[in-house]
Amino acid sequence: MRITVTVDGVTYSDEVEPRMLLVQYLRERLGKVGTVVGCDTSNCGACTVHLDGHSVKSCSVLAVQADGCEVTTIEGLARDGQLHPVQQAFHDNHALQCGFCTPGMIMQAIDLLADNPEPTEDAVRQGLEGNLCRCTGYQNIVRAVRDAAERMRPGAGPEVERVSEGATAHAVGGGE
Amino acid sequence: MTATIEPELGRPRRRKEDARLITGRTRWTDNIALPGLLHMAVLRSPLAHAKISRLDAEAARSMPGVIAVLTGTDLAEQQGSLPCAWPITPDMASPQHPALAVDEVRFAGEPVALVVARSAAEARDAVEAIDVDYEDLPVVLDMEAALADGSPLVHQDLGTNRCATWVFDSGEAGTGEDVDRVIAEARERGDVVLERRFRQQRLIPAFMEPRSVVVDPTGEQITMWSATQVPHILRLMLAMTLGVPEQKIRVIAPDVGGGFGGKLQVTPEEVLTFLAARRIGRPVKWTESRSESMVSAHHGRDQIQRLTLAARRDGTLLGLKVDLLADMGAYLGLVTPGIPILGAFMFNAIYKLPAYRFSCTNVFTNKTWTDAYRGAGRPEATYAIERMMDELAAELGKDPLEVREQNWIKHEEFPYTTVAGLTYDSGNYEAATEEAKRLFDYQALRREQAERRERGDAVQLGIGVSTYTEMCGLAPSRVLGSLSYGAGGWEHAAIRMLATGKVEVITGSSPHGQGHETAWSQIIADKLGVPFEDVEVIHGDTQSAHKGMDTYGSRSLSVGGVAAAMAADRVIEKASKIAAHLLECSEDDLEFTAGRFAVRGTDRGTAIQEVALAAFAAHDLPEGVEPSLDAEVTFDPENFSFPHGTHLCAAEVDTETGRVRIRSYVCVDDVGKVVNPLIVEGQVHGGLAQGIAQALYEEAVFDEMGTLTTATLADYLVPSAADLPTFTTARTETPATTNPLGVKGVGEAGTIASTPAVVNAVVDAVRHLGVNDVDMPCTPMRVWHAIHRGAGAAPTEMATGAEAGGGLGSIDGGDQ
Repeated sequence: MRITVTVDGVTYSDEVEPRMLLVQYLRERLGKVGTVVGCDTSNCGACTVHLDGHSVKSCSVLAVQADGCEVTTIEGLARDGQLHPVQQAFHDNHALQCGFCTPGMIMQAIDLLADNPEPTEDAVRQGLEGNLCRCTGYQNIVRAVRDAAERMRPGAGPEVERVSEGATAHAVGGGE
Repeated sequence: MTATIEPELGRPRRRKEDARLITGRTRWTDNIALPGLLHMAVLRSPLAHAKISRLDAEAARSMPGVIAVLTGTDLAEQQGSLPCAWPITPDMASPQHPALAVDEVRFAGEPVALVVARSAAEARDAVEAIDVDYEDLPVVLDMEAALADGSPLVHQDLGTNRCATWVFDSGEAGTGEDVDRVIAEARERGDVVLERRFRQQRLIPAFMEPRSVVVDPTGEQITMWSATQVPHILRLMLAMTLGVPEQKIRVIAPDVGGGFGGKLQVTPEEVLTFLAARRIGRPVKWTESRSESMVSAHHGRDQIQRLTLAARRDGTLLGLKVDLLADMGAYLGLVTPGIPILGAFMFNAIYKLPAYRFSCTNVFTNKTWTDAYRGAGRPEATYAIERMMDELAAELGKDPLEVREQNWIKHEEFPYTTVAGLTYDSGNYEAATEEAKRLFDYQALRREQAERRERGDAVQLGIGVSTYTEMCGLAPSRVLGSLSYGAGGWEHAAIRMLATGKVEVITGSSPHGQGHETAWSQIIADKLGVPFEDVEVIHGDTQSAHKGMDTYGSRSLSVGGVAAAMAADRVIEKASKIAAHLLECSEDDLEFTAGRFAVRGTDRGTAIQEVALAAFAAHDLPEGVEPSLDAEVTFDPENFSFPHGTHLCAAEVDTETGRVRIRSYVCVDDVGKVVNPLIVEGQVHGGLAQGIAQALYEEAVFDEMGTLTTATLADYLVPSAADLPTFTTARTETPATTNPLGVKGVGEAGTIASTPAVVNAVVDAVRHLGVNDVDMPCTPMRVWHAIHRGAGAAPTEMATGAEAGGGLGSIDGGDQ
């Protein structure tokens, strides 16, 4: 089947097998290997991306279901060399160790903050329940998400949490 | 000139590693794509024990995109036997361990055949088309039953399910008295003699990145990328197992997504990918699914522990006898038999114990083989002794901290040689405990506990204590040798001073989330007085980091980091000669601070970067001095290091539902000197999470046929953020005296300490209801049963919550 998908600001048109998962399409066809696969039962959340602005586990979406949609991955978050505030907060709060869960965790955290810009600690913990991390014990992840919420308050640039619109996102900067 | 640079050691540097990890610029093994890359998939046995009576791969061979289908028979001549580097006794029963089963399978998940195809999907499709007939053989799952006369055998040719029995006896070793005599005398006198049986359930390391291997056979060297903790050991073992010249193999561990001991292995799939790629002559990749990982990557723990503790009525310890059964599973992996033996030195823990005997029998069963998992032998030991100390306190009607303090080694008694024969170099258990009690508000919680008991509240409060130590920094080669381990425990580091004054540090330690790039940069920046940003840390590739012993056993900093610091000292020594020459002074007149050689009492001096350039140009060097500042060190410490600490857990137990909620958790750890407090704190958090998970959530459960029923992350309960509390962490600092950095290691501390703290809290909450033990994981069902059955409730495993999805808080969705 032919699909047309915009991923991190670039539009692609491809023939895909009906059974191909969105995450396989991202990794194997587009080389978007920043999004990873951690399980085969949609429990770990490592593959979380945004589909039309909302977080989805890309192992639970068929590529064909993304036809006509806009996808944002971890690789499309930083803009013009500037990290997204959630990325920056993960770095500043030492919210990652091996980093394998980090892309999914960051994408889920952004979605959580879009729904609830000032989450309590408990709300963050509940909101990240579908994303597993084996390294950090979550404490610094929770801290990072709340820190990011502070940074994204009005005046700190609220538009940064809306990645679905006009997210050209061509620059994947490092930059500390 | 005064140095104004902030000291690097002890500074909470944000990590260098993060930049690529938070932007998706990662190099996981599964991300690697090479021209002509093929994909491998593995067919696994669905049965725990069976003969392979027929295997028909014809249909699979003719499927589209299939390049090769290989069976055990095809590879029998080349695959050798997967290595076990730790024959713990000379008479250890050691089975053949084929990468692909040839005619018999011995656990469900064992590889039976492989397919190499153009795409991963085609390879998996073809695996489905392989037709195998199995002839059932009797399945052996229970360790005690496996040792009984007439038990069916896992390995017919060994004639026994007993792998080995390893004994340490303080009477025989001369490190203490004869424990049997001590216990007998204690009984005669009417002292306290406590006997307990504890179960260390089987766990799954469950690193987040599934294992992956890529092998490129097209170069002069065969290159393997693998999601491994041990690229150097892997290269050596591939060479020895497959008879390939070592210099013809290059192993690269790129970004590795966690390991926790689970990637300390030489896996069947690494061997199979290597053999398949070499045979076909094209690069081949294998990446496991999570389900494959759960059934076939090695498991951890799994012991039955029987303990006898003797003490005087005043609480003074007299002797401890430990009898273990340790489940090897079906085969021996890289260090499988040695894992429980690592606990032999830790059951005596921080206590002054006059008599001690440890005996461990390793047993084969038809289950996934076990091997290292975070803590490896030491969490099991710490759990048992810390549970026993609480039992002793309960027996005597004393506060558990008081009984511990009465018996622990006082800070002024270090160095202290224990009844197990180790010498603890330093520690201060009093200080850590005092701080933990303060942060926890111990007395207030005890008061609340008493009030709730008096009121008969439905939700009872329990306080759990764990005062642990651990031996880490797995090193002293002579000690490892005395334990029959197959290799040494040194670590290598090298420093390259570049012409521009920048620095490359090469380490043989192989990180997979620990933050070596940041910590090593801090160590070297501190030593050489160069900017943190000017240091590049190179690791994980046997070509660039050519020598190493890799990362496990909390050894990276205390062995590898120390090696790097020592290499920096050598660089300074070499630079000093050249600096003296350039400054036309005697070396004795030079002092080196903050990256600058200064002539004492003058304003003359030169920066180390300038010396590096002078060494590179080599135009004007002193006689006999080589034009290089580069240096390398292979460091073998004289002793282990011994972090310690005090962990306190307050748990609320709902007596009506059995539900456990951790209300507060305080830990004060002493890991010696700290290079980066941010990284240390992160290691403690993660360790706590895994230790708490053992206490409350995780268990690998097999059904009566030997099928793993917890083979997905829906069934094997790795806790989520919603299942864990916020931890209060703090540190005391007693420098190690056995290495120049004073560091002790922190990777396993949280895991080792937390499990008994939590279970002690659970038992403490309901002890007045007649409970003196709850099997792990303390699921609501198990806790409820213990309360309602009363005394000594150690319910049988199958009946009480040992099932998939047994007790995770988040699984029933509610806010806690």
